[in-house]
Amino acid sequence: MPEAAKSLVTPDMEERKGVWGNERTSYPVSESDIRKWAIATYWPETPPRLFWDADYAATTRWGGIVAPMDFNPFAWPPERPQMRAAGAAQARSGRRLTVMNGGQTDTYGARMRPGDVIRSRSRLRDWEERQGRLGQTLFVYQETEWHNQKDELVRRRVSISIRY
Amino acid sequence: MTINVTFDDVNIGDEIPAWSRKTGFMEWNRYAAVNDEFVPFHMDDEAGRAAKNEQGAFGMGNLRYAYIVNALQDWIGDEGEIREVGCQYRAINQKGDVLTVTGKVTDKKEENGEKLVYLDTNVVNQDGQATCPGHAIVVLP
Repeated sequence: MPEAAKSLVTPDMEERKGVWGNERTSYPVSESDIRKWAIATYWPETPPRLFWDADYAATTRWGGIVAPMDFNPFAWPPERPQMRAAGAAQARSGRRLTVMNGGQTDTYGARMRPGDVIRSRSRLRDWEERQGRLGQTLFVYQETEWHNQKDELVRRRVSISIRY
Repeated sequence: MTINVTFDDVNIGDEIPAWSRKTGFMEWNRYAAVNDEFVPFHMDDEAGRAAKNEQGAFGMGNLRYAYIVNALQDWIGDEGEIREVGCQYRAINQKGDVLTVTGKVTDKKEENGEKLVYLDTNVVNQDGQATCPGHAIVVLP
């Protein structure tokens, strides 16, 4: 079989490589969103006061409540977005691929605070293809950037999806 | 209680305090509620088995990631800053697992006026299985 036919990289992926898209804007972050997030991720322990006690948070270097670094301001859109995957989950041959979450690296900038409106954009950054124990395997790197209303970078995520 | 760690307090080889949670539907459903992550295989045993996990429903990678962030946050305190966190998901989070975040300081240096501490991190289950190897960078006062 020719190399191109064995490859899991599709023409659609080639076309989208490096192109920013999927732009979204969050609703304003609220103190209540932050408090609930912190309670859920620290459950059953009480989360740090920095995330829910405005008087205490004002005494810290942050000067007020900030969100946990992993907070997602895009949860619960009224219109459910059709998220486009980093790459087609189908090989050139038409065979359906298994897709696994391979992990991520997040780099953080400005902290998210109540009132912030976050903009997101993402792109298919790159991929690597190699023979693994599961056969021909494709590692797809998707990059997502979040900026706040001051155009400060809040978070850059590079996530890896594994397709075989 | 928040303990604020400073750059001078930290030495290469130091380990952060272990941070543990027993995980199951109580934790996963709360996380689903805030992250809008109602994926059937996280909520229903039958759906979990259909997704090739014999034990049924399984936990979210995002929640395991949150545990790493929380362990770092609790260690550095409110004056420190998490700059980078990365991890790879290597094993499934089964119902009833006790997940413990571990972290070991691998380097510390000052760059561009910032005091950076580098760590290797992981999330280990009750059987000692390393489920989520990764790394982190924090900025300390």
